[in-house]
Amino acid sequence: MSKVCEIDARGIYYKDLNKRIRDLIKQGVKKFILKNVNGQRYILDGIRENVEMDIYGVPGQDLGAFMDGPTIKVFGDGQDGIANTMGSGKIVVHGIAGDVCGYGMRGGKLFIKEDAGYRIGIHMKEYKDKVPVIVVGGKSGDFFGEYMAGGILVVLGMFTRKPSAPICGDFLGTGIHGGKIYVRGDVDPYLCGKECGIEKIEAENDETLRNILKEYCNDFNIDYNDVVKEKFTMLWPKTKRPYGNLYAY
Amino acid sequence: MVNKNRYNDPKDISNCGLCGFINKDRKLVSGEIIIKGIAIQHDRGNGLGGGFAAYGIYPEFKDYYALHLMCDSDMAMKNVEEFLNVTVMVKHSEPIPTRKTKAIVSSPKLKRFFVKPRGNSEDYERFGVEDGADDDYIVKIIMHINEKIDGAYVFSSGKNMGAFKGVGFPEDIAEFFRLDEYKGYIWTAHNRFPTNTPGWWGGAHPFTLLDWSIVHNGEISSYGINKRYLEMFGYKCTLLTDTEVVAYLLDLLIRKHKLPVRIACMALASPFWKHIDRMEDEEKNAFTALRMVYGSALLNGPFAILFANNDGLVGMNDRVKLRPLVVGTCDNTVYMASEISSLKEMNPEIDNVWAPKAGEPVIVNLDKTEKTVKGRGKK
Repeated sequence: MSKVCEIDARGIYYKDLNKRIRDLIKQGVKKFILKNVNGQRYILDGIRENVEMDIYGVPGQDLGAFMDGPTIKVFGDGQDGIANTMGSGKIVVHGIAGDVCGYGMRGGKLFIKEDAGYRIGIHMKEYKDKVPVIVVGGKSGDFFGEYMAGGILVVLGMFTRKPSAPICGDFLGTGIHGGKIYVRGDVDPYLCGKECGIEKIEAENDETLRNILKEYCNDFNIDYNDVVKEKFTMLWPKTKRPYGNLYAY
Repeated sequence: MVNKNRYNDPKDISNCGLCGFINKDRKLVSGEIIIKGIAIQHDRGNGLGGGFAAYGIYPEFKDYYALHLMCDSDMAMKNVEEFLNVTVMVKHSEPIPTRKTKAIVSSPKLKRFFVKPRGNSEDYERFGVEDGADDDYIVKIIMHINEKIDGAYVFSSGKNMGAFKGVGFPEDIAEFFRLDEYKGYIWTAHNRFPTNTPGWWGGAHPFTLLDWSIVHNGEISSYGINKRYLEMFGYKCTLLTDTEVVAYLLDLLIRKHKLPVRIACMALASPFWKHIDRMEDEEKNAFTALRMVYGSALLNGPFAILFANNDGLVGMNDRVKLRPLVVGTCDNTVYMASEISSLKEMNPEIDNVWAPKAGEPVIVNLDKTEKTVKGRGKK
């Protein structure tokens, strides 16, 4: 059995496709190339082996949900729920992504080249060395990082199909009580949750951000200097328990 | 109103799939395209409802209202025919063509009637509408059948358009109704996942009134308020699914009250007060007035909807984007769907895909008398 496997996914029902992938992983396949993917759900969900996968086309809902290790590259647009509750590994999307990506993410990286939908990175968490990271190269919708409990969110606003839209939507970081959000350029404080501290920084002076951006630029072949020539707005949680008194009376 | 329907749960929560497209040159396109677009979203539904709306399909009867009837029994259908024979001019009637399929094992009686008002003053007077107000008259006829004739429902009533729907997966419903044999310049489709109301034939999408059709993914939490508001204007909600109110609200706001489509959309999904507070005075006053006048038309809850009439297609989300909607274009056709995969399935050449902003309609209007506003728009 070859260690690289190419599959033409055109017209294959998602259950059959995923079963085939799982069987091949058991047989020792380490790298997959999926061609003509269109809408098949749950690809590599829950997989714990360090396999690689290149996807050509549009993978369906919940790509890489609960996965713990694999590296996925999507050469096309993605849909909703990418990296849902992902544990570790990496997903790189060379297009736009849908809503609720990185929901409750616990580790690993999700790099999106262009715009992302609503509710990206909500309920993200971190523990010790497990720090999830999402970078959106375009613009994000409302509720970016809502109820964020850990991890890093970055939005650049540079590669977008929505030139007239603001870089982030409304309710940015609402309920944040852990982690950090970096927005390239300015953010209207009106859009930010009242739990956010807001600070302007130079990317060059922030080691965490610097390392993330270098990796991101490397993956998409983007000029790093171009990205860091603007200042970033950093949002951070003013308190670890914003609702500590909500039910106390 | 005493509800004649035996299903009596007023609430519906669904997680459906939808898609649609419009050819801006009104070029007729085979139903095969839309069937592909909805079939790829098979798993967004559960086989308890599928349906389609198609525009431009009855050119030979384009001046007649095409009434699609579903009846529980031959007796109900006979009662409808007797009623139509004394209220409208029936140009032509026939069973709706179907084919035997493995998946659709039973269906109600299905028949279509191409009709128009007879044009005499007594008829208009009997139903309390103005002389010559044909659309109003036909609405009264539909409401009468749906409310008063036991076991009979009009599920489509526009000119040169038709809705086709039933219990089953949409691809099976399409095969059953032979939709591959129709050609239209606007098509919409729906895959239903009902969880709180029974999947019955009348409850499938699209919902229609005259040439308005609507397919909807989500839940109209404001159903009760909207229903009571519509009842004040004589609309009867008989189909026991929340989406019905959207079809009637569009009819009321756009046909009756003559609001431009964009303004009607702003009434259905109006900006939050916190946004209105930040507007310039003129805009602030306009939105405040809109919310005051049409407060009871506001749609609350999660939704992505596509609605169409003979002159256009509109896609819209609720104000906080609780359901997905994506749009793409290719040549002179605009495609909309719940998933990008559906757009690509309808046309692999689509290369500019985007997700519209929550609450902001994407309007494709072919009516030259109203100013065309394209997607990606600003307020």
